[in-house]
Amino acid sequence: MTPRTVTMRVWRGDASGGDLKDYQVAAEEGEVVLDVLHRLQATQANDLAVRWNCKAGKCGSCSAEVNGVPRLTCMTRMNLLPPDEPITITPLRTFPVIRDLVTDVSFNYEKAKQAPAFKPRPREPDGTHRMRQQDIDRVQEFHKCIECFLCQDVCHFIRDHDDNKAAFAGPRMFVRYAELEMHPLDTNDRRQLLQDREGLGMCNITKCCTEVCPEGIHITDNAIIPLKERVVDARYDPVLWIGRKLRRRKS
Amino acid sequence: MAEHESHEFDVVVVGAGGAGLRAAIEASAQGARTALVCKSLLGKAHTVMAEGGIAAALGNVYPDDDWRVHFRDTLRGGKLLNNWRMVQIQAQEAPDRVLELEEWGALFDRTEDGRILQRDFGGHRYARLAHVGDRTGLEMIRTLQHHAVHKGIDVFMECTITCLLKDDERIAGAFGYWRESGRFLLFNAPAVVLATGGIGKAYKITSNSWEYTGDGHALALWAGADLIDMECVQFHPTGMVWPPSVRGILVTEGVRGDGGVLRNADGDRFMFGYIPQMFRAETADTEEEADRWYTDKQNARRTPDLLPRDEVARAINTETKEGRGSPHGGVYLDIANRRDAEYIKRRLPSMYHQFLQLADVDITREAMEVGPTCHYMMGGVRVDAETQASTVPGLFAAGEVAGGAHGANRLGGNSLSDLLVFGRRAGLHAAEYARGLTARPTVDPGQIDELARHALRPFDAAGSENPYAIQQDLQECMHALVGIIRTEDELAKALEELAMLQDRASRVRVEGHRQYNPGWHLALDLGPLLAVSECITRAALERRESRGAQTRDDYPTTDPELAKINVVVRQQTGELSTALETRPPLPDDLAKLLEDA
Repeated sequence: MTPRTVTMRVWRGDASGGDLKDYQVAAEEGEVVLDVLHRLQATQANDLAVRWNCKAGKCGSCSAEVNGVPRLTCMTRMNLLPPDEPITITPLRTFPVIRDLVTDVSFNYEKAKQAPAFKPRPREPDGTHRMRQQDIDRVQEFHKCIECFLCQDVCHFIRDHDDNKAAFAGPRMFVRYAELEMHPLDTNDRRQLLQDREGLGMCNITKCCTEVCPEGIHITDNAIIPLKERVVDARYDPVLWIGRKLRRRKS
Repeated sequence: MAEHESHEFDVVVVGAGGAGLRAAIEASAQGARTALVCKSLLGKAHTVMAEGGIAAALGNVYPDDDWRVHFRDTLRGGKLLNNWRMVQIQAQEAPDRVLELEEWGALFDRTEDGRILQRDFGGHRYARLAHVGDRTGLEMIRTLQHHAVHKGIDVFMECTITCLLKDDERIAGAFGYWRESGRFLLFNAPAVVLATGGIGKAYKITSNSWEYTGDGHALALWAGADLIDMECVQFHPTGMVWPPSVRGILVTEGVRGDGGVLRNADGDRFMFGYIPQMFRAETADTEEEADRWYTDKQNARRTPDLLPRDEVARAINTETKEGRGSPHGGVYLDIANRRDAEYIKRRLPSMYHQFLQLADVDITREAMEVGPTCHYMMGGVRVDAETQASTVPGLFAAGEVAGGAHGANRLGGNSLSDLLVFGRRAGLHAAEYARGLTARPTVDPGQIDELARHALRPFDAAGSENPYAIQQDLQECMHALVGIIRTEDELAKALEELAMLQDRASRVRVEGHRQYNPGWHLALDLGPLLAVSECITRAALERRESRGAQTRDDYPTTDPELAKINVVVRQQTGELSTALETRPPLPDDLAKLLEDA
């Protein structure tokens, strides 16, 4: 098959502003959006800023918005996009632009620091940790997260509301909390924190995050909703409440 | 002096994959002020792409397994070129490092009785790889990343080191730039741990990402350290071959470990024709026996589909060259014939996903097309087995950038345990070294101006060379002339081409400004890329035999005498030089482990 020429409409600019710019680029059979961006970079725009690493959907670096939809550009096949229209590529909107398609995602790394660490129970007498596969299936689903931050990008609570970021950790971090809270070995309790500081209550479960997850993690159903239930249990169950008071007094 | 920011640390770890993270965690635990510098965002390093598992003789699936068998397998897989003491340390310490990851939150797949499950892999006698489906690297890097973050280690993300600085003979620091702003930074530090990974981007078809430009190899070389075994570049037998845009993306050996078999265009299981003498006694010679092995490992010998990677890559190369390849120049890898869809999706979820999304192939129903892809560098910085110290005081190396552990060919799964075992040791000994110094070495400020000027040259050079074009031509050259099969003529020709590329690189020009400019970043990466390419080519010329990943068409046999030497590459007076140096002999007690079949 001979290569076709496509119009790539790419946002070029930096924190001070920018514009969409059209480029005519060759696209070959089987290619993904990132391939065409790389060709554009190599032949016409050497300084086009693009993040990428594995080019196989495993590292979550090349996130951008393709025709307005948050996607991994390395897993977006060109033949899935309308053939005769320009393909618009813009940076993730929720994070401040650094340059072109590269954004400042440090928000996510700052939030990650706040999550209280994993704290395992002691090992069995034989030196092992015994866990049944069925007891870790759910947590392994959360561990699939590649930190592409598409869920953070699409979350309307912070997408166009920078002010909300201080008090809201976002879907990625709720998945992280869920994996810690549901880890069979973990002994920390992060429920109070989730409600008071991380803004779990602000999520109104519209499932936008679940829809864009390239790993197919059921963010809303398997992570956020069960976390909300746990928080409610902890806050309103009087027996638990007294138990917590007593434990706190002891320590 | 050129504008730059300065930082003071005891230990600077360059690279934040498995080895770098583990080194930083250890150095920090020892009380050293530790910086972790990574070229990408934290958690995106190459380790994240590792698939199959971590080789460690836990003995959970086969109680007969222990470090001695792991030692034997690794040394045989490495065609006896390995640093035997490193192999011994790795085999002995790997189980503890895996259990430690579990203690830090990693969740490996489980056995029926709730312990860590282990899977079969090429060259390992027993099922030995602790794993999480086919995304073990992700589990490992994320676990280490979270652990490091909670320990409060200073992380410098998207920051590239371009030069190591010395005070006389000792390391005094490192110089680099922020990718985001293009501004320079200087680390004043008496100890540097290189954990920069490999060199795959010197080749056209590779499973490696843009980061793999041989930075650590070149930094060490330029700092005067010895490199060994640079001729040993591993081509993984199974990379994707179609469509062209995904050519080289890794297909885990776990596919074969879990039941996949290789066939040529005629439908033959061709690997039965490529069983080398060394592995004959333990490899099935009929399809019937190989098939039986999947269910009866006590009474049947293992399938030749799981021979070490060098053997399988060469076999596939021969099959395709002789016209028995698939339509797109690979061979077939089929697991659908043996396993049901549910099993495949559970054991190999990302392979399923990757083929379906990128190649329109449903691996639960059809065979994959696969072929060799440049995957791993066995050669690297010559280190002391116990401490990971290089030949330059204050410089340490761990993981892929260090040489010796894997000899002439690495076994699958041994990389991840290497990262953990030697990452920890490098961090530990770098911290001890820094603590033991009576006076901190100092950086000569005069060097900074020169380094800054050199780094900025592509912006104002009179030349017009495009960095992307140079990299592409380099990749073509290395692939065609220094690839899986080598000859003296082609290697000599490669040296000529490399000299021309070096000349072009001196006239490279980039557009735009310093802020997040990939063209400029690549222009700077050409330095290490060209340096390692020359090291590989020169070392390949020097080893006049075929051993592991080094296959010389003009010297097709293995010369037992050459198992006793390393090819050393160094650059101490400006010129690159090579030397053949004798290695310490294998002690009798360990040699005996090799004989026990």
